[in-house]
Amino acid sequence: MSKPMYRVFRQKMIIITLLISFVPLTLLGYTIYYGFAKAYCQRVEQQMTARVTACSQSLDLFLEERKVILSAIAKSGSLSYYNDPSHLRELFETINNQTGGGLVDLGVIDSHGDHLAYVGPYSLEGFNYREQAWFNLVMAKGIYVSDVYMGFRQMPHFVIAVKAGDAAGDWILRATIDPEIFARIVTTAQTGKTGDAFIINSAGICQSPSRFNKKEILAPSGLDPSRFGSSTTVVKKNTVSGLRRVHVGKWINNGNWLLVVTQDPDENLPSFSDMKTEEITIFSLALFAIVVTTVVTTGMSVNKLQERDRELEELNAHLIQTDKMAALGKMAAGVAHEINNPLGIIATKAGWMRDLLEEEAFRNSDNFKEYDGALRKIEEHVERAGKVTHNMLGFARSMEPVMERVNINGVLKKTLEFLDHHAQINNIRINTGFDDAIPEIMSDRSQLQQVFLNIINNAVDAIEKQGTITVETAKNAETLVIDIKDTGKGIPDTVKKRIFDPFFTTKAAEKGTGLGLSITYRIIEKLGGTIRVKSRKGKGTCFTVVLPLTLSKKTIA
Amino acid sequence: MEIKVLVVDDEIDFLETIVKRLEKKGLHTVGVTSGEDALIKIKEKYYDVILLDIKMPGGMDGLDALKEIKSRQPLAEVILLTGHGTVESSVEGMRLGAFDYVLKPAKFEELCEKIAQAYMKKSDQDNKIRKANIQQLLRFPGRVFDQE
Ligand SMILES: Nc1ncnc2c1ncn2[C@@H]1O[C@H](COP(=O)(O)OP(=O)(O)OP(=O)(O)O)[C@@H](O)[C@H]1O
Ligand SMILES: [Mg+2]
Ligand SMILES: [Mg+2]
Repeated sequence: MSKPMYRVFRQKMIIITLLISFVPLTLLGYTIYYGFAKAYCQRVEQQMTARVTACSQSLDLFLEERKVILSAIAKSGSLSYYNDPSHLRELFETINNQTGGGLVDLGVIDSHGDHLAYVGPYSLEGFNYREQAWFNLVMAKGIYVSDVYMGFRQMPHFVIAVKAGDAAGDWILRATIDPEIFARIVTTAQTGKTGDAFIINSAGICQSPSRFNKKEILAPSGLDPSRFGSSTTVVKKNTVSGLRRVHVGKWINNGNWLLVVTQDPDENLPSFSDMKTEEITIFSLALFAIVVTTVVTTGMSVNKLQERDRELEELNAHLIQTDKMAALGKMAAGVAHEINNPLGIIATKAGWMRDLLEEEAFRNSDNFKEYDGALRKIEEHVERAGKVTHNMLGFARSMEPVMERVNINGVLKKTLEFLDHHAQINNIRINTGFDDAIPEIMSDRSQLQQVFLNIINNAVDAIEKQGTITVETAKNAETLVIDIKDTGKGIPDTVKKRIFDPFFTTKAAEKGTGLGLSITYRIIEKLGGTIRVKSRKGKGTCFTVVLPLTLSKKTIA
Repeated sequence: MEIKVLVVDDEIDFLETIVKRLEKKGLHTVGVTSGEDALIKIKEKYYDVILLDIKMPGGMDGLDALKEIKSRQPLAEVILLTGHGTVESSVEGMRLGAFDYVLKPAKFEELCEKIAQAYMKKSDQDNKIRKANIQQLLRFPGRVFDQE
């Protein structure tokens, strides 16, 4: 994956994780809130229904009381008696005193509709009611409660009228109910900030003042009374402004009027806007914590993933490299082998010629020197070609290491002996600092010898003339450390990167094949060790070989 | 007494020359190109040192031949001629009783050195055998042999 892809992946992870944490939480919260709100509404409705029932009973009782009293009086009295205003006033006061008020006035009307006697704040004597609807209804029905109307006095009011009969003919006792007192009973059903209670008639006209909406008496209420059934009915409505309202209605006054109690069911339901600062703070902190945790953990896992991918890539590259080397090795082995045989023949033939040249006859020949020189060249170049194939084969050797007990100091001593003569010629001192306490290890003796030979040979080449090579051994916790230092020309940084590559050399063609260190590297790797190089240009170079004291699984496998 | 050497190598050009060079050095040298031929030769005559190429085409390769030779003439010393690719087989060969191995292309000097060493070992062994035989010959019950 490339860098931007990791970023996209990371963002996706974060979004998904956040969704997974928040969506169910939000759903749960909403469900709980919704259930709570519903239960709450139901409770509000129940309470409203109870209030409507109680209030409607009081209202009906109020009306019934007045009706009963008026009919009783009408039945027991006579027109001639109540025609006398003083008698009427006496009656009016008695009723109001006994029932706690409620009547505004009281009047007596004869069968022709003429107002004969009147007690009350208005002077209505002499008016004729024959044309008024209520008059005719009383005459027909015997008892009547009117809707609210303006009447002659131009004030909203309603009346209770009862018809009585005596020898002098039919007459009507009519009482005007105090709308104030009546409205007061209605308002007992109001509660809360949004609660309202009022009465409308069967045409939807307000019969009592409403707390809100500025609905005056006799104004249309906007409610459709036909939606309310004969028993207590709940009607829900959404207002234009988006508020919900519940109306509970019950018919009173023998089904002529409808007592309506209305309220916003959500009135006391807590809403988000009511949240206190501490609550908001806690909520935001929790939110923040979740987001931070998600981002951090996601970041961590993506980083881990990236690291793993990189390791895998490196491993892959390493494997590919190893494969390449193996293939190259096989080819090199084949080529070297094919060349070795003819080389062997050339060498022996040249040798044979040299043998013959030793004979007397040739020795005295004029061209003896020429032959001799040519042969020496042949031998020299066969040796050079042999070195190439030798190195190639060393490089290619399948390198199943032959494990045996190896004394590293011993191997180093042997290798150095090998080079002693050469070193002396070039004025190179060899110092050794062997730790005699190092144990024998399991390793491949001849391959190690090859390793040390390659490194020390390079050191000799780097010094050229006059210098020191220092070879030291030491033991660490689980490794042997072999340092080979020279005071040669050093390795420039640009070269350092490539010294372990096969065929990389800075030496003249007849001196170096560039295979030495690559073979060295491969051998050490196979033996489970490592090789490091430190160098300063002009000062010298130090190769450090680290070998395991015990065989690791990797080496055995 | 001449040193008798048998050289076994499938590469005729190499074989021819090496035989000539060894002859010139004064060794009694015979060359053959296969393991089978080598077995025939050792039946005819006794060889002190046998140079044996490990990698030979055909039925019998160097190691097979080595086993056979060692079982028929245990006292003959065998020097293996080996390419780099067959170093492992040479180690195996040493286990089977070869005296040493020489990497091809071998330097003639090195070869001669190895032959000399092998011959020394061989004559040492011959000496020991001779001594043992003499001891055997001179051992009589009741008499203490105190020459050494
Ligand atoms: N001790 C050293 N000091 C300076 N340069 C070195 C040293 N060791 C190695 N090098 C550099 O690393 C290169 C590669 O070394 P390597 O042994 O692989 O090949 P080579 O020595 O050139 O050839 P060959 O080993 O076949 O003789 C050398 O050519 C040289 O430039
Ligand atoms: Mg080198
Ligand atoms: Mg061969």
